[in-house]
Amino acid sequence: MAKLEEYIPIVGQSIIDDLRLLAKRLEGKCVQHINSTAVGGGVAEILTRAVPLLREMGLNTEWDVIKGGEQFFEVTKKFHNALHGRTEEISQRDFDIFMATSEENIKGVDTHGDIVFIHDPQPIALIRKKAENKWIWRCHIDVSNPNQKVWKFLADFIVNYDSAVFSAPSFSQRLPIRQFLIPPSIDPLSDKNKELPHELIDSVLRKYEIKKDKPIITQISRFDRLKDPVGVIQAYLQVKKYIDCQLILAGGSASDDPEGIQVLEEVREKSKQDKDIHILLLPQNDIEVNALQRASDVVVQKSIREGFGLTVSEALWKAKPVVASNVGGIPLQIKHKYSGLLCHSIDGAAFAIKQLLNSPGYAKRLGENGRENIRNNFLLTRHLKEYMLLFFSLYHPEDVIQL
Amino acid sequence: MADIIKAKEPFRFHTRLHLTELTGLRAINLAQLASLTKDVPGACIYHHTHRFLQQHQYLSPEPPNDFAYWVTEILGEDELGEMLSSIDTIKYSTIRSLRDKIVETIESYLKGNPLAKMRFAREGEEFHFVKSVSFILPTDYTAGDLKEFAEILKKVTVDSIYFHIFESRLRLEKNNNDFSNWILTSVGNNALAEKISKLDPYTHTLEGLRSNLVDMVERQLRG
Repeated sequence: MAKLEEYIPIVGQSIIDDLRLLAKRLEGKCVQHINSTAVGGGVAEILTRAVPLLREMGLNTEWDVIKGGEQFFEVTKKFHNALHGRTEEISQRDFDIFMATSEENIKGVDTHGDIVFIHDPQPIALIRKKAENKWIWRCHIDVSNPNQKVWKFLADFIVNYDSAVFSAPSFSQRLPIRQFLIPPSIDPLSDKNKELPHELIDSVLRKYEIKKDKPIITQISRFDRLKDPVGVIQAYLQVKKYIDCQLILAGGSASDDPEGIQVLEEVREKSKQDKDIHILLLPQNDIEVNALQRASDVVVQKSIREGFGLTVSEALWKAKPVVASNVGGIPLQIKHKYSGLLCHSIDGAAFAIKQLLNSPGYAKRLGENGRENIRNNFLLTRHLKEYMLLFFSLYHPEDVIQL
Repeated sequence: MADIIKAKEPFRFHTRLHLTELTGLRAINLAQLASLTKDVPGACIYHHTHRFLQQHQYLSPEPPNDFAYWVTEILGEDELGEMLSSIDTIKYSTIRSLRDKIVETIESYLKGNPLAKMRFAREGEEFHFVKSVSFILPTDYTAGDLKEFAEILKKVTVDSIYFHIFESRLRLEKNNNDFSNWILTSVGNNALAEKISKLDPYTHTLEGLRSNLVDMVERQLRG
């Protein structure tokens, strides 16, 4: 795991000094993170990298995981989908299963931290143990258009927290407690984002039989309708009429997702006539994803809905010009025409891709601006800083705080 | 090289870090934008007129404030967008007066362009009002004279420069930036203090501002 010092060449000494300054002022406070899994999923990924760095700075940071059986996690998966706005049948039995496991965790989990930091809905009911300590609920989900039945059920817990945290302004709801905006982040030193030698990038292209003889357009996403891979192919075909180019659609395996398999078949069907479309079913291989992004001339993220869209941050960090839909957290990462191009349709995506391929100087400038935007706003170091500021805010209700 | 005057009081550099607080308030058209802009906390007005400076500090010239950006890019009202982005923020010494100017600009545009009332943001593209919560911390850097001041200016974070130039003047309502105040009252150099006061910081990137300030002080030191 990377040490704090290794971030200095990337973000500068002063940013790391600020982090240490903040951590010093939090000395003596115990911050206890609680989520539902130690491995797998975005929350565990962030905590795995953040907790050791916070500890390195001297902040007493603990990480606990709740227990839950198969039924409980089936229900929380349904909650997750419903909060994303998908139609789900949620019965009283589901709420009962959720509460039964929550009661066991209320008995079993020791919430002794000065600050208890609860991630996502699974451990939300632990708030019933609130004593004199401070409690934060961190929502990592897009709740801009939630199923009201599930949201109201959760809101009864949320209102008892001291603060809530969301990833994008559009996710915030009218709540009687303070709410903060803390977007997620990428780790520039992880396998998915670190610098790669050219030879390695070339070897990944060779492995997938992709030649560098024409511009490469890429979308990295699982095969899911909400990521609109078919729309990406249609946009590519429009571009192809004018510019000889190739398309990579790469994403994780869809074996456990019946809808994903169907989408993958549709994508294959649409692309079978064109040898310049490369459909890559990648296992969890961060280095290869990194290499494909770095090999691309334009990166696309034409999602119909998006939680935050960290693949956009990943591409921008590699200084790639990006064309992405104006949904979820994407407009936080891309200011149209400053650090990338936003689109609302297949035609719009095709037009933007053509602009970038035909104007490499413009594309380069957008990519460079995008990289600086990520450096300033979406790296792990910013995330750590904001978590520490959040801890201070629990003790200071005012808008200007002299520490 | 002119003699270096010892300051009566040393200058302690501070830094400012910020957290964004959500309000749950959103506007979908110009009438709502004007009405909510009148009522939201001052910390919201501050956030939406200054966020770009820090978040996009590498761009030059600076992109417009959030109001101008939304009006132009989402509602397609280019003319109003231009009016909002060219509000001369440096002229306003309080958030209240800046807020009044923004509201007045939108309302008078609506009077002259009634059709603009018919423009609505699409779902997901609403204007979300958020607040800026500032945390001000002293750094370890202290300058006892202009020479030390110039040396420290070269190495403090842009957040520190930002705080002393923008936030201290407008948000803490000090009328002038901290650097000019110190140079005037503690160093007694009126000419340099005035020169820094006259700088329009809103048309520089933060790094550009840093090199301008260093350059001004070093020229002064060279006599």
